[in-house]
Amino acid sequence: MTLGKLDLNTPIPQGNDQDMILNAVTDEIANRGFVIAKADKLFNWARTGSLWPMTFGLACCAVEMIHAASSRYDMDRYGMLFRPSPRQSDVMIVAGTLTNKMAPALRRVYDQMPEPRWVLSMGSCANGGGYYHYSYAVVRGCDRIVPVDVYVPGCPPTAEALIYGLLQLQKKIKRTSTIARG
Amino acid sequence: MEQATLTDALSFEALLPHLGGMIEDADHKGGELVIRCSTDNIIEVLTILRDEADFAFDQLTDLTAVDYPNRPYRFELVYQLLSITHNRRMRVLVALPEGEVAPSVLPVFNSANWAEREVWDMFGIFFAGHPDLRRLLTDYGFEGHPLRKDFPTTGYVEVRYDDTQRRVVYEPVHLTQEYRDFDFLSPWEGVQNDIEDNAADQEEQGA
Repeated sequence: MTLGKLDLNTPIPQGNDQDMILNAVTDEIANRGFVIAKADKLFNWARTGSLWPMTFGLACCAVEMIHAASSRYDMDRYGMLFRPSPRQSDVMIVAGTLTNKMAPALRRVYDQMPEPRWVLSMGSCANGGGYYHYSYAVVRGCDRIVPVDVYVPGCPPTAEALIYGLLQLQKKIKRTSTIARG
Repeated sequence: MEQATLTDALSFEALLPHLGGMIEDADHKGGELVIRCSTDNIIEVLTILRDEADFAFDQLTDLTAVDYPNRPYRFELVYQLLSITHNRRMRVLVALPEGEVAPSVLPVFNSANWAEREVWDMFGIFFAGHPDLRRLLTDYGFEGHPLRKDFPTTGYVEVRYDDTQRRVVYEPVHLTQEYRDFDFLSPWEGVQNDIEDNAADQEEQGA
């Protein structure tokens, strides 16, 4: 078995195969001092392993978002740490009803996030206005304000649903080559 | 252990010596006294209700309004009072036509500050003497008063981010799906009580 034939997207189960690969890698480092990997794969691996969400809790969905972050579901296991600042975040979770009054603030915060950046729309209200679709004060979907990558349905979605959405986002990042050229 | 109970509602007669000429109407609803007065003497009425030891309504728990489009006095301001001393609540109603200015009761109850801002925002009732009568809840630059019955639920404008202008812009409302008016009076829903209540209300309004 050689390293070149590996499928990088499937995990390797514990056992002889895994040991062989790990030994081969450590030998490479011991002999030459470096290993070779594809840069975009490496970047994607790093990006998916440290998705730092921006806290944008607007309503009851924020409570489920908090559940996802705290000890039972523990988003930290996936390297997801909530950041209080858009400058330090990669993904914005729009959790709750986006009102007309809040829309410019949401857009400003999105604009302040450094590239590459992603948006996860959480719950019926953020997806399409939901219960407040016909209200005079509510934006009918946060995709009217920011480009959305993943929609998580539910009212509110459970913490599991949010985590599933974040894992879907990781998949999306993995299958897109994200190095900006030119 | 004996269950705590509300003290008996204040009787109308008890109010008479203090507020005799100023009460236009009185009624008991849900174990509470409800009185009506005019915009001219609302401040005096509230001051007496607050300061007289027999009443001691020391809290204005809520101030809101109701829109009755069919009445000549279109709006009704609702002052909800609580007396902690006597464990008692009561309500003061003030009817006023569209465009009439109500006096701010801020000198009597501080809690009226934001409540009056909200009533101004939602119903467009102006309060004379309020120090800072800005809109409280709606968007900056919002036009109209949403809780008026003639204001459409969907409003007149919606927002969208414009890529060329690089900012959030306002546009006239365009609904991809027509507004659905649910008929809650449908006989299939099993809400017979509501139907009867509603019919009684309509009769009252017509009379």
